[in-house]
Amino acid sequence: MATVTLDNVRKAFGKTQVIHGVDLDIADGEFIVIVGPSGCGKSTLLRMVAGLESVTEGEIRIDGARVNEAEPMDRDIAMVFQNYALYPHMSVFDNMAYGLKIAGTPKDEIARRVATAAGMLQLEPYLKRRPRELSGGQRQRVAMGRAIVRKPAVFLFDEPLSNLDAKLRVQMRLEIKTLQRELGVTSLYVTHDQVEAMTLADRMVVMNAGRADQIGRPLDVYSNPKTEFVAGFIGSPPTNFLDAARLGRRAKGARLGIRPEHVRIVPEAETDLGGTVAYAEPLGAETLIHLRTLDGQAITVRQDGAHPIPEEGATCGIAWEPRDEMHFAESGQRV
Amino acid sequence: MTDRDPLAAEVAPKRGTGRPARPLPDGMVERRGAGLWLTHLGLIVGVAFIFFPIWLAFVASTVEQQAIVRPPMPLLPGDQLWENYSRALISGINAPVALMLANSAVMALGIALGKIVISLLSAFAIVYFRFPGRRVFFWLIFLTLMLPVEVRIVPTYEVVANFGMLNSYSGLILPLIASATATFLFRQFFMTVPDELAEAARVDGARPMRFFFDILLPMSRTNMAALFVILFIYGWNQYLWPLLITTDPSMNTIVMGIRQMFPSGDDIANWPVIMATSILAMIPPVVVVIGMQRLFIRGLVESEK
Ligand SMILES: Nc1ncnc2c1ncn2[C@@H]1O[C@H](COP(=O)(O)OP(=O)(O)OP(=O)(O)O)[C@@H](O)[C@H]1O
Ligand SMILES: [Mg+2]
Repeated sequence: MATVTLDNVRKAFGKTQVIHGVDLDIADGEFIVIVGPSGCGKSTLLRMVAGLESVTEGEIRIDGARVNEAEPMDRDIAMVFQNYALYPHMSVFDNMAYGLKIAGTPKDEIARRVATAAGMLQLEPYLKRRPRELSGGQRQRVAMGRAIVRKPAVFLFDEPLSNLDAKLRVQMRLEIKTLQRELGVTSLYVTHDQVEAMTLADRMVVMNAGRADQIGRPLDVYSNPKTEFVAGFIGSPPTNFLDAARLGRRAKGARLGIRPEHVRIVPEAETDLGGTVAYAEPLGAETLIHLRTLDGQAITVRQDGAHPIPEEGATCGIAWEPRDEMHFAESGQRV
Repeated sequence: MTDRDPLAAEVAPKRGTGRPARPLPDGMVERRGAGLWLTHLGLIVGVAFIFFPIWLAFVASTVEQQAIVRPPMPLLPGDQLWENYSRALISGINAPVALMLANSAVMALGIALGKIVISLLSAFAIVYFRFPGRRVFFWLIFLTLMLPVEVRIVPTYEVVANFGMLNSYSGLILPLIASATATFLFRQFFMTVPDELAEAARVDGARPMRFFFDILLPMSRTNMAALFVILFIYGWNQYLWPLLITTDPSMNTIVMGIRQMFPSGDDIANWPVIMATSILAMIPPVVVVIGMQRLFIRGLVESEK
């Protein structure tokens, strides 16, 4: 159990700057999810905390102590890799026990800890098998088990669920969350899946091209995004962005963002904004209607599945409450 | 088998895709009747063709000297097997064949094991460490690929002679250990091992050599077995190098020793003993191939992923 602090952490590979100064304070037992598009530097950041990548500038502290120069094994962390990285020639038991063996833990202690972890993860029947004799979900659990048995101060996860199918992903997501609650171990979790981020995180870090655009509780980030990038990245379907100048009214900032669920379809007479229906996606509980405004901007409307669905090609008006509007400056910052 | 339900036939290849390395027995079902016999006939003729000279050698090693020199050549084994073989093994012509076999075994084992150890370590260094001069060393090793023993034989002889290693096992073995083929094989294999494995071991607290012994080495088992077979035979069949540096008959290896048995001038060759020696020389490589093949195939079937 520990706190983790990133203090203006930067990373450059040769001349390419990849991480441009990230500050983050993680409380003891907190579950932090780092989310962002591919190539934004999530893995790099996590690997710096793990000690697998050197820190170019800034400081990383675990429990207040600087660890920039410490080897991974001396940082009291455990990591779960995307492809699990299980040792192929070792049994499940040996995979989990390897770290403890190296640390010189007594045999009976190892057996006890592995048994406990295997119990938690329902791995008891598989302890003698090799990794290749396991399903993807079971391998994932072994990787988790390997992290748990070491009783580390911090768990690090790098997209641990992305090799699983959708259904298993939902199930494992729940298990990881439960396990983390149970053990109360500070965790840092990297994903590009915003649903994972929203459901797992105590707080999430939205990364954009090597910067932490916003750090906050998932619902706060969703309802109050600080930048245009965050507004567009978090939420599905994504926020609609309209050119404020072309909207011709309430001109504040360069662009106006409005979430699909805040847009309503209204009779044309009631509004000054309208468009033609490009196509509609009825999903049962809700319907997504994709419109094109008269000046060619795309807008998605998300409405209750019970509402009438307009015909394709029909014109209709759209409206929203002013308080739901988000205004962004040319730089992308919220104004 | 022909009346099996069509669904099963469709399922079979699917099951197969999980393990492409193992040929499906189901695939053989169609091969019946005349086709099967023709294939076998072809194979039998081929085997007989290749096996015939070896059979002749064996026959020659079981008859009396006169029987060979006087045509026609016998095609069935004689009654001198025990005499000829024990004479070859115990006294030979220049040196006892048992001694030459032992010399060959030491040389072949030394070359095979030495090469595997050296190439494992150098491949490990090249793949997993960033050290100054890494590229230079890599190219130096690469360069030795272009210089087989025969090409560098004169300078190598000079060096070995200066070290006083003529007529010694180290002289037989060391110069042949230095080559890059095996290093390349292991380098290629190590590059296919995911980086995350090394990183996971590092997080688990394994220092580099521990990672090497605990993880990399067991994963290379099948590669090592295959390489051992190839290198053992390579070492066993060395001819030119032992011929050059062993002048003492007690250091002769078997392959060159056979050549030494041929008489010079008007002496009469003792063909039965020479042929017995040839047959004896064939046995160890065959044993190694058959013995290692089991391990080798087991490794393939268990294919580590
Ligand atoms: N060893 C390296 N040398 C040079 N550039 C690198 C290296 N590792 C990563 N990068 C670069 O750093 C950037 C961030 O990489 P990183 O792996 O952290 O992305 P990511 O956010 O984890 O992406 P993904 O979601 O695809 O895993 C990328 O642009 C990548 O090209
Ligand atoms: Mg990544």
